[in-house]
Amino acid sequence: MAESTGNGFKVIGTRPIRPDGLDKVTGRAKFGADYAFPGMLHGKLLRSPHAHAKIKSINYQKALKLPGVKAIVTAKDLPETANREEAAGELAVNPHYLSRNILAREKVLYDGHAIAAVAATSPHIAEEAVRLIEVEYEVLPPAMTVEDAMKPGAPILLPELRNADEGDKQTNIARHIQFKLGDLEAGFKAADFIVEHEYKTAMVHQGYIEPHNAVGIWNPDGQATIYCSTQGPFEVRQFSSQVLGVPVGKIKVVPAEIGGGFGGKTVIYLEPLSVLLSQKTGHPVKLVMNRAEVLRASGPTSGSTIRVKMGATRDGKITAAQIWMAYEAGAFPGSPVGAGAMTIIAPYNVENRMIDAYDVVVNRPKIASYRAPGSSNAAFASESVIDELAEKCGMDPLEFRIKNGSREGTPQPVGPPFRRIGFIETCEAIKNSDHYKSKLVGPNRGRGVASGFWFNAGMSSSAMVNIHADGTASVVTGSVDIGGSRASMAMIAAEVLGMPMTDVRAIIADTDSIGHTNLSAGSRTTFATGTAVYDAAHDAIRQLKERAAKVWEKKPEEVDFRDGKLVAKGNGVAPMSIKELAPRFARTGGPISGRAAVTPRGVGPAFATTCVDVEVDPETGKVQILRCTVAQDAGRAIHPSYVEGQMQGGTAQGVGWALNEEYFYDANGILRNTGLLDYRMPTCLDLPMIETIIVEVPNPGHPLGIRGVGEVSIVPGPAVVANAIYRAIGVRMRETPMSPPRLLKAILNKRAAEEARPAAAH
Amino acid sequence: MATVSIPSLLRKYTGGRERAEVRGRNVGELVAELDRQFPGFAAHLIEAGELKPSIAVSVDGEIGTAGLLEPVGETSEVHFLPAIGGGANPDRNSSRF
Repeated sequence: MAESTGNGFKVIGTRPIRPDGLDKVTGRAKFGADYAFPGMLHGKLLRSPHAHAKIKSINYQKALKLPGVKAIVTAKDLPETANREEAAGELAVNPHYLSRNILAREKVLYDGHAIAAVAATSPHIAEEAVRLIEVEYEVLPPAMTVEDAMKPGAPILLPELRNADEGDKQTNIARHIQFKLGDLEAGFKAADFIVEHEYKTAMVHQGYIEPHNAVGIWNPDGQATIYCSTQGPFEVRQFSSQVLGVPVGKIKVVPAEIGGGFGGKTVIYLEPLSVLLSQKTGHPVKLVMNRAEVLRASGPTSGSTIRVKMGATRDGKITAAQIWMAYEAGAFPGSPVGAGAMTIIAPYNVENRMIDAYDVVVNRPKIASYRAPGSSNAAFASESVIDELAEKCGMDPLEFRIKNGSREGTPQPVGPPFRRIGFIETCEAIKNSDHYKSKLVGPNRGRGVASGFWFNAGMSSSAMVNIHADGTASVVTGSVDIGGSRASMAMIAAEVLGMPMTDVRAIIADTDSIGHTNLSAGSRTTFATGTAVYDAAHDAIRQLKERAAKVWEKKPEEVDFRDGKLVAKGNGVAPMSIKELAPRFARTGGPISGRAAVTPRGVGPAFATTCVDVEVDPETGKVQILRCTVAQDAGRAIHPSYVEGQMQGGTAQGVGWALNEEYFYDANGILRNTGLLDYRMPTCLDLPMIETIIVEVPNPGHPLGIRGVGEVSIVPGPAVVANAIYRAIGVRMRETPMSPPRLLKAILNKRAAEEARPAAAH
Repeated sequence: MATVSIPSLLRKYTGGRERAEVRGRNVGELVAELDRQFPGFAAHLIEAGELKPSIAVSVDGEIGTAGLLEPVGETSEVHFLPAIGGGANPDRNSSRF
């Protein structure tokens, strides 16, 4: 048993080896594409070569005749689904659109939109069959950006979308959200400085290593099983049920190990098709995307256009903010613009503010969640403006943030006040860091800072804590381990039960074997599933006390549980460990199994502040990250190494947004960078060791102070690099990615303007 | 009475009022009372007898988990906000929040 870690805990705050590590480094861990069953068929999808077109006809008779082809399905094989939003964990989902994204019905709406699925005896035969399917299209002009899609006369993607405010006209604007507080005019009047700019962020992909996959098995008794890579097996079950018209109770989803997700594996693409093809053929059917399919037709995050106008007094008090933001939803409604609107100035107390936010459909793949969805786009704009205002006020950018920073009681952009939060502490942590205190010398080098906010999520989780006959335990949850949650769940149970973590085994169950558990996303797993584990462990302790009371012939309330031991109150009976009691379970009432199912309140929001040093090559526009430090409020770090890993991973992705990543479409709306050579993600050669400072301002809403740590570190990424570039070379970049060609152009424009100035003076 | 903050784009239905003092034991009763005062108001928040999935409700700073059954205290502050994930319904009225 470990000694106290100095935070009052014995296990929490330590850094044990991850329980799934050996399986993963030896290749024993089973990922979705590793599943194989006797008689299994292989599926491939036909995808649209057009960004926008009506489907006039589909003829697959030639393909069906190819030897080895067993079945072909199109949207006609799927039932028509309800055209209304339904709650689905973190997301609201409209099955009408969900079904049309899985297989196009009336129209194809983006390059790569799936049209038909083939099952054959080998992947090669399935591919050949896909090539034999004949589709007649009526090609339509695409709307590729929010500007294209919002202008009068734009090509309309979805005829049913209407704008009630404009005479019921067809529109590509799926939703308008507005937040208004205070007196905007008075706020700007009180400002000594006003900064106003437009910012653009590119559509980017999560870039998970493992492509989407699914194996579907339909049994003649009407039961289906899906093996797949997902962050949310219960959501896969619900969505597949909606798309297939099969009751939820007839579908079992078995989550495989997951090779990354970052929000992108919270929706479905292949899963219902694997079941449908299995139903048609009577065989298990496996579908696996290749990288081009992942990039063309899974869910990246929105590109966006954001205009920010913000004012401040000379002494550095923000007086007003007016924001206009439009996010690409992709082909169907549902961008994270609502989250963007609620996060964009959340770190600051701005009394006078108005935010208008638009969800806009465009001829790109339907977006999915991506790590703090909507917030990184928003922070690129707001944190750049904050940096300019700090400079105009002659203030250190961290001091400016601290002066205006949200604290307990500050109203959020949507109205309700924050409870105890740790934003100021993250700014102070960076201010006091070795990095920020160090001198940065040399030409074309600059240091930037930026901050970010994310809500974190709660939702529902279930857990079981079983005590075995040898006094060890297993923890069973429905949360897919995408960020080390096996370890953190085992550690929480071990802490409560007073056991060493090595005595607790963490198990991830399928959807038939554990109570409903929402997806591993929204930074919710350690918070919410951790709450379920905490409660289930306490339920096990309650049962242990009853058993000890039986052994001691006492009442349960006369037994305490302290330091992992059962202790009789008031007399000289020696304390009994769980290991000593365990062999007596069978004769005192049977197995001990603690259970909990929770929908916890008290979600604790997260803040991060990042500091980056860059060097810009003025001849090429290439940016080198020299040093990077991120401070994040974790509430309570259960396993500090995994918290640091999340902080580093999020920061690395933020640098990818900032410097290189973008979906590049040609004039016809065809994606031109469909591989990871052309879709340029950062590698270890592009990044220094990212330094981390874990700030712990315990969340008062959780018994262990947990907030959730998976997302917020990405949020400052694009802005912090932009701010550092400005300090390095005096160029303000307002569009991502700040790639060499784009930055070089900005450098040359600045140089030309400077050269023109003296000439004009003559 | 609970204080309900009226979402900006719904204020046209409340004569521009930003806040309303409403009596009710839960969110559903507050919305019903608001609908009595401002006919048609509830249709923007409720669908098929439930809070629309695209809308979340905050009571005293805590995001509710019980939808229309979310309990409300005598002096509670209630805000309607977009659910994080969002998504839209082609229903003509849902293009605004």
